[in-house]
Amino acid sequence: MTCTDFLARLTDYFDGTVPSGLVAEVQKHISECKHCEVVLDSTTKTINIYRNQEMYDFTPELEERLHSAIMTRCYGAEKQTAK
Amino acid sequence: MPAIQSPESVEIHPDVELVARAKDGDVAAFERLVRQYDRQIFRVAQHITQNREDAEDITQDVFFKAYQKLEQFQGNSKFSTWLVRIAVNESLMRLRKRKTSKTVSMDEDVHTEEGSIPRDFAEWRPNPEQEFNQSELGEILRKTIQGLPPGFRTVFTLRDIENLSTEETAEALGLSVPAVKSRLLRARLQLRERLSRYFKRKESQPA
Repeated sequence: MTCTDFLARLTDYFDGTVPSGLVAEVQKHISECKHCEVVLDSTTKTINIYRNQEMYDFTPELEERLHSAIMTRCYGAEKQTAK
Repeated sequence: MPAIQSPESVEIHPDVELVARAKDGDVAAFERLVRQYDRQIFRVAQHITQNREDAEDITQDVFFKAYQKLEQFQGNSKFSTWLVRIAVNESLMRLRKRKTSKTVSMDEDVHTEEGSIPRDFAEWRPNPEQEFNQSELGEILRKTIQGLPPGFRTVFTLRDIENLSTEETAEALGLSVPAVKSRLLRARLQLRERLSRYFKRKESQPA
């Protein structure tokens, strides 16, 4: 397996959808190629860091404001206050 | 690393009942759906538009449109995927308006080869995110994802941040599964490349 072949399989590797016959080949390539090992490690960290970090504030105040605006637009002010 | 794809559920999703009740005019049921997904829709809109005010407006518009079109929702996809699809369309429309003459679509800039081949092979620190405080890290991540073309940013947001499956992402964006996979790879590699300057192992670390 070449580095280009490895890159072509990277998304499937993350998804766990590499065909079973190719998994060992992919793992062998990672163990032998320092560059691809680094790419795999740092790409994994990239995904995890973005996934675990709440990047934008969504405060209770903002949620209440949005919630109230949405419900008023959908059902009108009267039904809102009656609830 | 474990598979990122979310498992397919065979049970009936609780949203199905809420949607049915909301269609019958049950205000509380619709309200529950809003509460369940407002944060996710806001986040998707903020990621795509990179603008807080736009994200607030879009969140309102998405739920209002969903309310108006509730009868059209047939339940062939998850309710959340349907909402995300509306949010993506609304967000891309906002970007188009902001850029006036320039077209913004899922296809913009995706034909460039930039970032498709890794160039930086420096090892990263074991837990690089811990080297920065929350606000520094947030700033780095925001600045980095902002630099991606909207077509890549959107795929990465849905697939890796919102944890939609590849199929759900394809459905929400109106793309084929191979197109999602290809854009996702490029998005991940470009982000990795750009983050490497902050996170790689070196003697003198950036402030």
